[in-house]
Amino acid sequence: MRNQIPTVPESQVTDEAVYLSRRQMLTAAAVSTAACLSSGAAQLVEPSPEVNDPAPEWMHSLNNGATHSALSTNETLTPYEYVTGYNNFYEFGTSKDDPASNSGQFQPFPWEIEIAGLAEKTGRFELEDVLKDLAVEERIYRLRCVEAWSMVIPWLGVSLGAVLKRFKPLGSARYVAFETVYRPEQMPGQRSFFAAIDYPYLEGLRMDEAMHPLTLLATGVYGRSLPNQNGAPTRLVVPWKYGFKSIKSIRKITFLKTQPPTTWQQANAREYGFYANVNPAVDHPRWRQSEERRLPGSVFNTNRIPTLAFNGYGEQVAGLYAGMDLTKDY
Amino acid sequence: MEGVVLRSFFLSRWMWGMFALPFAWIAWQVWISMAKNPAALGPDPAQTLVDYFGKAALYLLFCVLAMTPVVRLTGWNILMRQRRALGVSVFLYALLHWTAYAGLLLEWQWRALGEDLVRRPYIIVGFAAGLMLFALAVSSNGWSVRYLGPKWRRLHKLIYPAACLILIHLIWVARSDYTEIAIYSIVLVLLLIARLPRTGRRQTR
Repeated sequence: MRNQIPTVPESQVTDEAVYLSRRQMLTAAAVSTAACLSSGAAQLVEPSPEVNDPAPEWMHSLNNGATHSALSTNETLTPYEYVTGYNNFYEFGTSKDDPASNSGQFQPFPWEIEIAGLAEKTGRFELEDVLKDLAVEERIYRLRCVEAWSMVIPWLGVSLGAVLKRFKPLGSARYVAFETVYRPEQMPGQRSFFAAIDYPYLEGLRMDEAMHPLTLLATGVYGRSLPNQNGAPTRLVVPWKYGFKSIKSIRKITFLKTQPPTTWQQANAREYGFYANVNPAVDHPRWRQSEERRLPGSVFNTNRIPTLAFNGYGEQVAGLYAGMDLTKDY
Repeated sequence: MEGVVLRSFFLSRWMWGMFALPFAWIAWQVWISMAKNPAALGPDPAQTLVDYFGKAALYLLFCVLAMTPVVRLTGWNILMRQRRALGVSVFLYALLHWTAYAGLLLEWQWRALGEDLVRRPYIIVGFAAGLMLFALAVSSNGWSVRYLGPKWRRLHKLIYPAACLILIHLIWVARSDYTEIAIYSIVLVLLLIARLPRTGRRQTR
């Protein structure tokens, strides 16, 4: 698959922030030439040595086997301290630094995922078994928040489609619903009397969106397992949609016939739609969506760049929405 | 009498100094983020500054509204002479809040500013409150008091609708959790109740 290179300024395309890996792992599915063979782009991002990764051994060996993906972008990475320190994860508090500060007591292991609905195999499964023998890739994706800022993040994970296939969804399953864990004793935001959204957090995808090669079930970031504030132990990354679709700390997956409710759509349907495809042409009641701030910025330079349709992944996903009016189905 | 005037002179210098402290602190953080540690203001410093100045203006607004009840409780009439410094500071921080938003976040894109002002309700009420604060600030001098006479007192009652608009601005900005807003609302309501005129007592200026 050809690497998607968006029209970003020259100053954005650099690998200075890429941590050089001692392992040189090029995939057999040949990495496209010019883009990826510039200094180190084919090498994986390695964690900082001082990072303390408390994940169990099986998660370590899963992530350590990661190979580079041709779906990765070669844009400048957002530094690790911001990827893991500037988060929207209201279950741990509503300030951007709350999730990193308040998620210390969250226990992501052991972890069960419940599979329900229109599938041959349903029930509760250990995460280790759900992910067993799947090929982990490192995918460097753009993540565009609905608040009009964005990051470039080196995720580790498996194709969601490969996971879902294991449970043999029926032909009648047209949608997939996801649910975040509900643990108010470990997640202070879920206890808030004045919370504006309902917990547990709900999200959903159409079946073809869930099965799309781009859709990632992430198991790690920056060469290590997911920190609690990033949605440990596993989360979605749907890079062509606004960030709130990339649900964190997934506990339950349900196959459905009809479109499932999603948290933000329920909170404010006028502002947040089901599809939530990144779309500079559809304005938002709160934020201008034609541009975004690529973090990190500085005081006098917000690093403003134009927002691309489908967050620059249009070539891969636009076909999913052929014939749809995306100003109505936003 | 001279003692009071002298103490008031120094107190008002103190007050102006105190009100400048939040600005001095954030200016220092800005310098650090540009010269030493880019992470000082986080990855989105423009947004951080907008939020910071807004909070500063809000807290100073609470101080303004609290002044009359505090003076009533403590009898420290000397504080009343500092109301101008306090009030003008509210406006100045609101102005910095708007400047950070228009200049740093929107980078002076006039079309975007215009769009916001027309299409985004929380911006509209915020801007309206700002205009009221402007009117209050520019009329905070002896000349205006003499020129306007009795109308000056009526003009300065604008602080009440301004405070309400600011609260609405905050409610509409919030989308994730309303705990902070709930606290601000309670504080505001208490302060407004405390300022209700008591029968038989005239409010000192």
